Amino acid sequence: MMQLTSNTNWETIDKHLIKTEHDIVNVRQQIRFCAKQLNMGIINQTRITTAVSELLRNMYNYGEGGEVLIQKGMVDEHNALIITCSDQGPGIDNLELAMSDGYTSGKGMGYGLPGAKRLVDRFEIESEKNKGTIVRIMKWN
Amino acid sequence: MNTELHEKRIPIIKIGNFLIVSIQVDMHDKLAIQLQSQILEEIEKTGAKGVLIDISVLEMVDSFIGRMLSGMASMAAIMDAAVVIVGMQPAVAITLVELGLEMPGVDTALNMEKGMEMLEKRIADEEYEI
Repeated sequence: MMQLTSNTNWETIDKHLIKTEHDIVNVRQQIRFCAKQLNMGIINQTRITTAVSELLRNMYNYGEGGEVLIQKGMVDEHNALIITCSDQGPGIDNLELAMSDGYTSGKGMGYGLPGAKRLVDRFEIESEKNKGTIVRIMKWN
Repeated sequence: MNTELHEKRIPIIKIGNFLIVSIQVDMHDKLAIQLQSQILEEIEKTGAKGVLIDISVLEMVDSFIGRMLSGMASMAAIMDAAVVIVGMQPAVAITLVELGLEMPGVDTALNMEKGMEMLEKRIADEEYEI
């Protein structure tokens, strides 16, 4: 199992529960705002917002909602925006399969996880059956 | 819940043979699905031959919205109407391709005027063939 990178020096910007589709829209907008504040260009703002949208949808559809943590801090000497999405859903059986392009467990088109991974600078995932899934993504300029 | 959805209905305007839809809000998934069926119903009701969907203010198109747009283009085609997506922001286009969604079969135009020309030309071509 992959160990998530973490750092006590990261500053927490906000924390949200995802229970409805409106929560997804709101968090998405806040992520764009945070990316702007970190001086990311319009393309990187769009990349991180889109990646988060994919992760939140997964969480909403499969994980019965969950929690998003928005942080900023240094990662490998980059000033990064760090987003952690955790749910207590069924977990992902086969991570390798879930990360491959075009794979879908039914409701989506299979672009969710691998697509989100391509849009960010770092992508980490931890999942345990019947316990839940944590995805941490990082983006810098 | 229902009233909330109705408040946020995206308006569809009919001009001549065309329907014009300008998406001005950050859509959640249900709203996107609702828009899809709303447009198809409007095509049926009006017999419109073309639909222009302006997404120039959309700051983000993720896999769900992308899929909704390309699905709508195929459904409209079956109903004998062409769909043109206009005004996609460059950052949105870049992100869509990186995401892996290339939306095959979806016609796009840089702006509303070019999109309108595209539809007019298509309808003229069809009439010529008949």
